[in-house]
Amino acid sequence: MSISRRDFLKGALAGGSLLAAGAPAEARENKVMPGEALGLLYDSTLCIGCKACVSACKEVNDMPPEFSTEDHLWDTPLDISGKTLNVIKVYQNGTAENKDSEIDGFAFMKVSCLHCADPSCVSACPVSAMTKDPVTGIVGYDKDVCIGCRYCVAACPFGVPRFQYDKAIPQISKCQLCRQRIPEGKYAACAQVCPTGATLYGKVKDLHAESQRRLAMKPGEYATFPRGNINTHDQSPHTAKAAKYIPHIYGEKEVGGTQMLKLSAVPFDKLGMPTLPDQSFASKSETLQHTLYGGLIAPLAFLGVLSFVAKRNVKHDDDANDEKK
Amino acid sequence: MSASHNHPAPAPLGGSFVTPTTVILALLVAIAGVIMLVRFFFGLGAVTNINDGYPWGIWVVYDVVIGSAFACGGYSVALLVYIFNKGEYHPMVRPALLASLFGYTLAGAGVMLDLGRYWNFWHIFWPGYAQVNSVMFEVAVCITAYIVVMWIEFSPAFLEKFGMKNVKRKLNKFLFLIIALGVLLPSMHQSSLGSLLVVFGYQIHPLWQTMLLPLLFLMTALAIGFAVVIFEACLSSSGFKRPLEMQLLGKLSKVMLWMLTAYLIVRFVDLIVRGAVGSMFELRIETLMFWIENALFIAPLVILASPQSRRNPSKLFIAAVCLMLAGFLLRIDSFLVGYETGPGWHYFPSVPEIMVSIGMIALEILGYIALVRYLPILPGTTESAIAGNK
Repeated sequence: MSISRRDFLKGALAGGSLLAAGAPAEARENKVMPGEALGLLYDSTLCIGCKACVSACKEVNDMPPEFSTEDHLWDTPLDISGKTLNVIKVYQNGTAENKDSEIDGFAFMKVSCLHCADPSCVSACPVSAMTKDPVTGIVGYDKDVCIGCRYCVAACPFGVPRFQYDKAIPQISKCQLCRQRIPEGKYAACAQVCPTGATLYGKVKDLHAESQRRLAMKPGEYATFPRGNINTHDQSPHTAKAAKYIPHIYGEKEVGGTQMLKLSAVPFDKLGMPTLPDQSFASKSETLQHTLYGGLIAPLAFLGVLSFVAKRNVKHDDDANDEKK
Repeated sequence: MSASHNHPAPAPLGGSFVTPTTVILALLVAIAGVIMLVRFFFGLGAVTNINDGYPWGIWVVYDVVIGSAFACGGYSVALLVYIFNKGEYHPMVRPALLASLFGYTLAGAGVMLDLGRYWNFWHIFWPGYAQVNSVMFEVAVCITAYIVVMWIEFSPAFLEKFGMKNVKRKLNKFLFLIIALGVLLPSMHQSSLGSLLVVFGYQIHPLWQTMLLPLLFLMTALAIGFAVVIFEACLSSSGFKRPLEMQLLGKLSKVMLWMLTAYLIVRFVDLIVRGAVGSMFELRIETLMFWIENALFIAPLVILASPQSRRNPSKLFIAAVCLMLAGFLLRIDSFLVGYETGPGWHYFPSVPEIMVSIGMIALEILGYIALVRYLPILPGTTESAIAGNK
């Protein structure tokens, strides 16, 4: 192989310029959720597994029933899907006798969109079909913009956006916190119908304070728990014994924080919630992209070097072709 | 002066279009066409096995990610000829470019089959809709631009055929810019195809999830580009009964080996630095696939270690195939084998899904055969025999 040293250096220079020009770009930090962000607090210890939230969600979002039993009598979704935005799953261990016990017990978990402060789906979406509302922080989806690439489905660390594989004209389905009901003065149907306040709606900052209040409760002592909307107190509170909570507000820090907060007495990984780092994956991906392509500086510098080198080398080419003809 | 031009000018091969090979290829294309109809009337789930745990199947990972990497011959050879000024490889430019042109154009068309809401595809280029922070935005814009650039880069072959010397002369004035773009754009999107996975975070196994994914994908795309050129040269020489330019291919394989060595160093140093060495020795399917993948990357270094073996056509061919399989597996492993969204999800492509990918490959080969017979692509044979054996 006889690449001369000069030629090699020229080529290497062209390659190096791409990396060098990209180096000084700044890392993109986690995005912060809006101050007035809206969300849910799901308290697994208050949940009785009645699935009123699943049924109400279907109704207000116009979603079809999904059958998992042979008789197809009523809506029995086992997981969120193209037809279901919200389900309650159950954890069972051993004899499954005691509620909220990791051993020989059972516990519930709500599965629906967590409305991340820095969502992977929004970062991944190539066409702004997934967007984060600057005021409410709700992660919304617009089917008329969507191209159906399913990058959001693949990227979400919670496996939330789902796709309709059985339709010729499919769309992505995910919980949008009943944002269509907000102008009517209504709020998320799942929280509105919850009989025990296990799913509570409101501003994330208030839900966060409520979570901290619950973690400070004495296990076994009676306490009151707000129901419905924590900001409007539209429903009378629920009274129950405080559970022995795991001292962890799930969603407080996970992937930069989520607008759905979760409390539980059984470790979250047992309830199907992944153990996640504080740094959002969106910030990692965008730091990488901005480092390489920020302001198009690196690509343009690289193009300049390539054009210069190519111009010299193509000239020889033309001359040679002309000689021949 | 390295850009010496004793090569014969490219000339059309001529010959019949209808042969047993082309008929079989056309049949495969037709089968894929029928499956596509079903897909468009009944949804993606009617013909594929993709699901919410594996929303991307082989129509993304093979047709686009691997398909475009296999179409990097034009990129690799252009880099060598025009940037590193190795004019001796000039006869390889046109055939390599043609294969790339087909590979990329079909990868681009293949995307349309996989998009759920394909009629909105133009949103990706439209200000207001385009989301520039998305890695897929970068990939889509760059691949589209590259397809356009390649058609321009390749147009002298058409212009020669139709005797449009004036247009060709005008084009030559700014061809350097097109060539520069033809090197820049693949560098960008081939690396971004790796970056696509960064946002998947913990869902990608530590053997593949790294911030160096773009570099790993770029280096392997270049190495695959050289391997594909060797592979195609071997096939077209046996298929069209033409002499093989052994000297050139042997030299090219050496460039490929250097690229491969650099890749393996980056790959394993990254695994060590990230502390992922432990996961190289666990008893699981991911580990097994990792070692098969890397054994295939190492194989060409062993097969082509001696100068004699680099002059042996069958060894060159086997080494090229190993490297292509290695690049194939790196992409399959990182996108599918090493991807895990939670318990209970499985994916293996369905037969119709595979038949569509095969149909795409068939269409590519069919187009290549038709064009080399009709247009001046391959070096003229009478002189090339001399050039190849001197």
